[in-house]
Amino acid sequence: MAYLVLIGTRKGFFTATSDDRAAWVLKGPHGLDPDGFTAVAEIYAAAADPATGQILVAADSPHFGTSVWRSDDLAATWHEPDRAPMAFPQDLPYRPLDFSDTAGLDQPESDQANTVKRVWQLAFGPQEGRVWAGVEPTSLWRSDDGGRTFAFNRSLWDHPQHTTWASGGGGPAVHTIVTDPDEPAHVMIAMSSGGIYETRDDGDTWTGVTKGITVDYGPDPEPESGHCIHKVARTADGTWLAQSHGPVWRTARPGTGWTNVSGTLPSEFGFAVVAHPTAPGTAMVWPVQAAMDRFPPDRRISAWRTGDGGGTWAPWGTGLPTEPYFGNVMRDGACTDGAADPGWYFGTRCGDVWAAGDAEGRWHQVAAHLPDVLCVRAIEVP
Amino acid sequence: MVEVKLPAALASECGGERRLAVDLPPEATLGEVLDAVEAAHPRLARRLRDESGRLRRYVNVYIGEEESRRLQGLATPVEGREVQILPSIAGG
Repeated sequence: MAYLVLIGTRKGFFTATSDDRAAWVLKGPHGLDPDGFTAVAEIYAAAADPATGQILVAADSPHFGTSVWRSDDLAATWHEPDRAPMAFPQDLPYRPLDFSDTAGLDQPESDQANTVKRVWQLAFGPQEGRVWAGVEPTSLWRSDDGGRTFAFNRSLWDHPQHTTWASGGGGPAVHTIVTDPDEPAHVMIAMSSGGIYETRDDGDTWTGVTKGITVDYGPDPEPESGHCIHKVARTADGTWLAQSHGPVWRTARPGTGWTNVSGTLPSEFGFAVVAHPTAPGTAMVWPVQAAMDRFPPDRRISAWRTGDGGGTWAPWGTGLPTEPYFGNVMRDGACTDGAADPGWYFGTRCGDVWAAGDAEGRWHQVAAHLPDVLCVRAIEVP
Repeated sequence: MVEVKLPAALASECGGERRLAVDLPPEATLGEVLDAVEAAHPRLARRLRDESGRLRRYVNVYIGEEESRRLQGLATPVEGREVQILPSIAGG
């Protein structure tokens, strides 16, 4: 088997392939469109379906807008639908979610409209053809045709807590979608800022499940909603881990409350959390010193691993730079490839990408000096 | 007939052509011209306007030698002048 890594950056989409996760061949930036303007587009979201090999990439062109491209041949050729894959209903009342949009209320009424600004997350579901998309402004979309067209989820948009959702530094968006192979109608999402919400009826209704998570950026230390959640992952034994704008939290069932499990990490803050595909309670995080000191702890890049659902954490893997390092791992900048002996992958805002086989425990450089890495996804390929 | 000139970055949306002839009377507005472009070339059109119909921020459309935002925007009558689409200076 071989491995294919999808790398979305601030400026362009790259791929890398390897037979052993040690020696890598990098390609890109890929022009997904025939004219190549997407070679400099922002790539916040990519997804690979291990069942079919289908790849989806969302590219945000500052000039020409956002679209979703599809490859059925492992990133060799790309296809884009004629019509916009997602477009807000124009009879939807305008909702300012960004501070700049709020300021824009002074603009003429004709300039106020809900429009797709960015796709932050693409996630294949267990149903055939199912893809969920998390979008800025804060909204969720569902495709049942493999990502060619997406339907707007009105139920989440109309959630009574929507008045507590706002824009974090990155923009108001649904940035995390976790599907459930054992319960296809169950989906967990997270947003910055907003919180964690789950549906058990395939998106018809949504329940906030942030109970127990505390904050230090508002007057209420335990608000019902309005949390800045950075990423959520479910480990193989069903334990949930959430990296917030603050600690890492754990729960066996999100509706029952979360517990702070940052005690043995070098710092609480961070963005990404990734679960091992099969080992119970096993996951990895990439700590950041603090919200107001956004560099790796001790200025050294490191991955920290738990094997007991966050009870204890320890640095994992050899081979990373030992000199000072100033690039963080963003919320979608890490993943596994889902293989039986899985590979772990992460990329940084310094444009470096590393990979490590779980059994080998050594990081190998996949790429260096890329534009800042925003998302990394990987699959095993023939 | 209104002539629309495209940037190289969008030429493939029209089979490599850099010029489109849109069958509209001279008094048509820019908005009507772009509506006609959308009917024939939907993917090209959504590069130019978002789903609310507004011109994208970094897309400039000139009518003759005037940028449309300095005229009446999409309501500007084309009056037989060439419509030229240019990506604005942006990016780093």
